[in-house]
Amino acid sequence: MQRVGVFVCWCGSNIAGTVDVQAVSDALKNEPGVVFSTNYQYMCSQAGQDMIIDAVKEHNLTGIVVCSCSPRMHEATFRKTAAAAGINPYMVEIANIREQCSWVHKDIPTGTEKAIILGKAAVAKVNLNTPLTPGESPVTKRALVIGGGIAGIQTALDIADAGFPVDIVETKPTIGGKMAQLDKTFPTLDCAACILTPKMVDVAQNEKIRIFSYSEVSEIKGFVGNFDVTIKKNARYVKEDICTGCGACVEKCPMKKVPNEFNLGMDNRSAIYIPFAQAVPKVATIDPNSCNMLKNGKCGLCAKICAAGAIDYTQKDEYVNEKYGAIVVATGFNPISMDKFDEFAYNQSKDVITSLEFERLTNAAGPTAGHLERPSDGKSPKTIVFVQCVGSRCDSCAQKGKEYCSKICCMYTAKHAMLVRDKYPDTEVYVFYIDVRTPGKNFDEFYRRAVEEYGVKYVKGMVGKVTPQGDKLKVQASDLIDNKQLHIDADLVVLAAAIEPDKSARPLATMLTASMDTNDFFTEAHPKLRPVESPTAGVFLSGACQGPKDIPETVSQAGAAASKVIGLLAKDKLTGNPCVAHSNELMCNGCSSCERVCPYGAITYEDKEFRMPDRTTKIRRVALVNPAVCQGCGACTVACPSGAMDLNGFASNQIMAEVDAICK
Amino acid sequence: MQVNEHKPLIVAFCCNWCSYAGADLAGNNRLNYPADVKIIRVPCSCRVNPMFILRAFQRGADGVIICGCHPGDCHYTSGNYYTRRRMAALFSMLDFLGIEKERTRVEWVSAAEGAKFAATMNDFVEKVTALGENKRLEDLRCKR
Repeated sequence: MQRVGVFVCWCGSNIAGTVDVQAVSDALKNEPGVVFSTNYQYMCSQAGQDMIIDAVKEHNLTGIVVCSCSPRMHEATFRKTAAAAGINPYMVEIANIREQCSWVHKDIPTGTEKAIILGKAAVAKVNLNTPLTPGESPVTKRALVIGGGIAGIQTALDIADAGFPVDIVETKPTIGGKMAQLDKTFPTLDCAACILTPKMVDVAQNEKIRIFSYSEVSEIKGFVGNFDVTIKKNARYVKEDICTGCGACVEKCPMKKVPNEFNLGMDNRSAIYIPFAQAVPKVATIDPNSCNMLKNGKCGLCAKICAAGAIDYTQKDEYVNEKYGAIVVATGFNPISMDKFDEFAYNQSKDVITSLEFERLTNAAGPTAGHLERPSDGKSPKTIVFVQCVGSRCDSCAQKGKEYCSKICCMYTAKHAMLVRDKYPDTEVYVFYIDVRTPGKNFDEFYRRAVEEYGVKYVKGMVGKVTPQGDKLKVQASDLIDNKQLHIDADLVVLAAAIEPDKSARPLATMLTASMDTNDFFTEAHPKLRPVESPTAGVFLSGACQGPKDIPETVSQAGAAASKVIGLLAKDKLTGNPCVAHSNELMCNGCSSCERVCPYGAITYEDKEFRMPDRTTKIRRVALVNPAVCQGCGACTVACPSGAMDLNGFASNQIMAEVDAICK
Repeated sequence: MQVNEHKPLIVAFCCNWCSYAGADLAGNNRLNYPADVKIIRVPCSCRVNPMFILRAFQRGADGVIICGCHPGDCHYTSGNYYTRRRMAALFSMLDFLGIEKERTRVEWVSAAEGAKFAATMNDFVEKVTALGENKRLEDLRCKR
């Protein structure tokens, strides 16, 4: 039997104004187990806490009930008090008689009656409390960053700066991500490559960072502090450590008609390729789908030309196992497919392009060396129409596009329009928009410059149809402000396609048991207060995998994620939450019901030997909860048909006792 | 004893992350609701075993309400989906046993919805009060 002390707080007049605190402490004195009951003006004050400590010592209390404000407010405070008094911190229960009683009920008799009942429930619960000790687990001091775009790069650099080793896994042959494909960046118009490529070099030169390029994560096991990850290094048929990136093989390769994905198919590359001049690692990769040597064994030119002898046609996919303490997801975004948007004739005309294709078109390292030429005939366009919100904010066309705002399109379209007018002042530029959204430092000023200084024609209204006719694109649109239909003969139409999370994010989320929203963006632990942490412990979010973001936001989030990772890796041991599930192996029949409902994969099975009454032994399969992974939701306790599963701190008999106390 | 003087006994299970915080917010904003509602804190709405609800009715509760995070917002990713399914099955069985569907409810209340919490409780208490005392499980009821 416990020896329970009850401490009723007045909270000044917050509780005492509507609850007769003396009556409450008197009534609770007679509850089973209660050996001491008192009330005080401010229980959370130093004097109040000292009062608890003294009472524990004087009356040999084993359990404490504090009738006060919400446990969300001061549970931690009173647990510390209990520890200071020398009893287990988990032997404290709070009866919430402020937020859920005195503040919402107006008259003293009602308030007092309810406060007594809530107090009785807390006493009934604390009588069944057991001392709990949080488990400890070691931390592997190495982080994994999945995705090598600007988000992943920044996170890795910041973690490495703090002295912890980091691995970056990137599916492409080079890191750099989307930012490497951009021309200029808003709102300062500095060139993307000039600010990104030095960072890529920093990554390559940082001895704490390893890059697994052309690789993917194939399996993740374990939990916070102890992730066990298998990385699949796809065969690139070139020995990474030997290749010098000289590019001789790229020049000699006879297979030169492979669409170049880095330039979004607007020009061709060879079968052995280096994505772009500043690629990191600067290593050639053979595309097995177009290499003649790999397809039918005829060629082998690159192996002959390679002075370093780096070509290896027999290379196989390689699997690497590594342990990590924390995982950062930085899988980024992609523009959505334009296939469903027939009205803009994207698939009918080469001169209807997406904004990312436009980036390549104006990029000095792009397929046209930065000259604005129409993809169809190479002429310079005289009239350009930009269409905003293609697939964004689509509430009526959710099956085609996305319901959300893609956030970055307003700004990059203003940038594109401005760049065109700057380089080619005789070009007419129209921008069709639903709204222009420019919240951000110097963003609205930037947009206004596009309109006022550069004379970009912004038209509120949507483009209804684009029809290729001869070498022109007939654009039908509505002008909502002048309330008229517009017909424009355009030379180039640029679609601001909505952005969506990368396709690799969904299977990754399943591997990580990290939650996602309906749009496949990763969910954060708290939208305001924990924006870079996933609800799954040890998994952090960086960049556009969490929601549409521009570069400044991505970089700041990447730094924030890194600081969270550093905070985790700086610990030698992790203290867990002791309120986790545990299985009574004598009652468990190994049915797997609990394993199926566990959102964290915390439950495994093991074969255990039991001694039977007749002195024989029997091997049975029983559930085993990993306390470091379990978050204590209790889904398994209800799913368990035999009642073997229970939850520390919220045990079935405790909740049942509360029900009984309330319904008495 | 007059029938209309009956004060119902309502047990509310609130998940720690959303609805319990929502109830706290209702308190912070001093949004009144009847004192008949007694809240039991659970980590997640999926911790609520149907046994707890049966026990409450056996012990004389007139209504039981379970509050959790909105679908998709569960702190534990998917707990409230289990709640939704389990309770749909349980409530229809209870209805079959004679505990009217108005006496049981699952409601999603986020930590930001103090007003919704108070409004929900006012509405639920009103509906349960209108039904009067829950006598259907009297035979099965535990001795007081």
